[in-house]
Amino acid sequence: MNRLLDGVAAIGRTLLGTCRLTGRIALFGLDGLSNVVRPPVYGRLCLHAFLDIGYYSLPVVALTAVFTGMVLALQSATGLSRFNAESAVANLVVLSITRELGPVLAGLMVAGRAGAAMAAELGTMRVTDQIDALSTLSTNPMKYLVTPRLLGGLLALPLLVLVADILGVLGGFVIATVKLGFNAEVYLSNTLDFVRTDDVVSGLVKAAVFGFLVALMGSFNGYNSRGGAQGVGAATTNAVVSASVLILAFDYVLTELFFAR
Amino acid sequence: MTDTPKIRIRGLRKAFGDKLVLDGIDLDVAPRTSMVVIGGSGTGKSVLLKCVLGLIEPDAGSIEIDGQDVLRMDRRAAEQQRARIGMLFQNGALFDSLPVWENVAFGLLARHKTDRRHARARAEEVLGQVGLAASVGALWPSELSGGMQKRVALARAIAAQPDILFFDEPTTGLDPIMGAVIDNLIVDCVKRLGSTAVAITHDMASARRIGDRAAMIHKGRIVWEGPATELMDCGNAVVDQFTHGRHQGPIQMELRR
Ligand SMILES: Nc1ncnc2c1ncn2[C@@H]1O[C@H](COP(=O)(O)OP(=O)(O)OP(=O)(O)O)[C@@H](O)[C@H]1O
Ligand SMILES: [Mg+2]
Repeated sequence: MNRLLDGVAAIGRTLLGTCRLTGRIALFGLDGLSNVVRPPVYGRLCLHAFLDIGYYSLPVVALTAVFTGMVLALQSATGLSRFNAESAVANLVVLSITRELGPVLAGLMVAGRAGAAMAAELGTMRVTDQIDALSTLSTNPMKYLVTPRLLGGLLALPLLVLVADILGVLGGFVIATVKLGFNAEVYLSNTLDFVRTDDVVSGLVKAAVFGFLVALMGSFNGYNSRGGAQGVGAATTNAVVSASVLILAFDYVLTELFFAR
Repeated sequence: MTDTPKIRIRGLRKAFGDKLVLDGIDLDVAPRTSMVVIGGSGTGKSVLLKCVLGLIEPDAGSIEIDGQDVLRMDRRAAEQQRARIGMLFQNGALFDSLPVWENVAFGLLARHKTDRRHARARAEEVLGQVGLAASVGALWPSELSGGMQKRVALARAIAAQPDILFFDEPTTGLDPIMGAVIDNLIVDCVKRLGSTAVAITHDMASARRIGDRAAMIHKGRIVWEGPATELMDCGNAVVDQFTHGRHQGPIQMELRR
């Protein structure tokens, strides 16, 4: 009987802990975002964060997108019936890329690249008292460090995903025409016929959410890290893992919202 | 002393977990004077300063700056009171993403007191006061030696000429001559600019040079407070043992237990 109660208590504790953590993260995010409307605004830092997340992630996201588009075309051509393969392949490639794979893969790549870097940088600043030093120099550290990163993530990822969409479709197109011998014009017109504004826009909204999540988890874990190099390492791992899981979870929720009507 | 104290600390308590660090600290610092705080390693001197700065939340007690309790006012007002304090952190805490001169000018730029060109000139002037060439301004903090980093951190703390200055071991890691130069600079800030200073130090010569008054923390309390000139012969057994660095005495006894 007692053991049963212990078990229930442990589950309860974990649940409460999770709720508390979720609440803390939500408040952290709200605090960070609410600073957008309160001066001073650090334009230079926002631009810097935007470039860091967007521009410097371009190569890895571009490569991911191109190869994904190529693989999709190859796989679907062998799987789908030869009879209407030309339209089916174009359809599958453009819809998978714009709705799902573009945002999710870009989100995961950016989580590994920019999210980890954020957690490491903020974590080091925390354990070397740099964040404390900011507040003794008339600067709100949330506003100076976190707000630009949240904004950067929110704005950079949709642009990144737009590029990924185009390159992914291009990858599929190259394989379809060069390797599978499809007619280029027909493939392109098929692609453009199938894709609707909704598909692209829903992908871009997902991207904005994912970008925010990556920046939020990177900043939160770094900002609240403690305990020297080891603590910074743990913060970095947590940032990447939690951002990746959240991206996949939110991907489901958002897909449900957009398409399950 | 007819003035209200610049800083008035009463019954300040702080525990980390079940480890009691500050156990009812009472301390007054008069305006335009300097207070030196001494005490063994790990007795909570840095924690004390961080409590006043609002970086650590104390469990109990009151901290008044100019007669206003910063622990009981709303956040905005407390921030404003604390913005008047310049702090030299024990480990420097320089921003390694910014060049040295931007570190030094950070407070000036943050308060929009001046544009970047003037801020840079001012930064180089303060760097000169801590014995660093203007060319150091263009370097990155990671390119400096430990002692140079400490001096840059000191320059950053005093650059905006704050009303109150906290120094956490300002001369640790400096050579004796540079230590004396820094001590003079701190005295200058108090005497000429009228700041109020609190300095933590382990160097007794430096303590007597910097301090108007001195206080010793031991076991979470202030065990002695008096003129800094009396540090070496104040008659308090704990202080005596500490300042003379003797093996035998009340402090050692506790370590053995
Ligand atoms: N953030 C923290 N979490 C837990 N314990 C802490 C924290 N900060 C300080 N302590 C503990 O409080 C005690 C006092 O630390 P503090 O840094 O104030 O010492 P100090 O008097 O400045 O020593 P030193 O002269 O070596 O700098 C130490 O025992 C330390 O372990
Ligand atoms: Mg200390």
